[in-house]
Amino acid sequence: MALYEHVLIARPDISPAQVEGLMEELSTFLDKQGAKVAKSEYWGLRNLSYPINKQRKGHYSLLNIDGPADAIHELERQHRISDDIMRYMTIKVEEHDENPSPMMSRKNRRDD
Amino acid sequence: MASRNTSGMNITNIPARRSFGRRRKVDPFSGAKAPKIDYKDVKLLQRYISEKGKIVPSRITAVNFKNQRKLAKAIKRARMLALLPFTVK
Repeated sequence: MALYEHVLIARPDISPAQVEGLMEELSTFLDKQGAKVAKSEYWGLRNLSYPINKQRKGHYSLLNIDGPADAIHELERQHRISDDIMRYMTIKVEEHDENPSPMMSRKNRRDD
Repeated sequence: MASRNTSGMNITNIPARRSFGRRRKVDPFSGAKAPKIDYKDVKLLQRYISEKGKIVPSRITAVNFKNQRKLAKAIKRARMLALLPFTVK
């Protein structure tokens, strides 16, 4: 099993609650694929540095995943089909950082 | 001019040659409490891109080559996620 960090950007016109719901869905989906979600973070609605799909903002979320490559492939396939997800990125890491990512600590600061 | 004695006593005089030059900067990413290079740490990465959004060369920032490679990779990842701009007009 390999460790992955998975970041996804969802459409800004859905509500934060819907994003949470989406994350739940993904977690259960990954469970079924035999992968574990070690950490799940919601970074909030952030300004994008450049427009993606003509949107200037997006809901950012991070998933730390421990699972087989097949699960990741299937997850990414679903993302490409989904209309709510504008962009995603999965990277393989040597180890997971259990602490909240720098993005969370900066929550209170001005975002841009 | 520093004296030419080879006794070894004067070893402290050698940097006097560039007495008014700037002190050589050290790599901000090496050392005990250096920050970890991470594509998620936007505030950190922002210090290493120019106003135009370009990655600043290591000869200016004094980042060593190994860390510069990591830094460049982190910046490119952050760009993919629209955390950092590709260009600023």
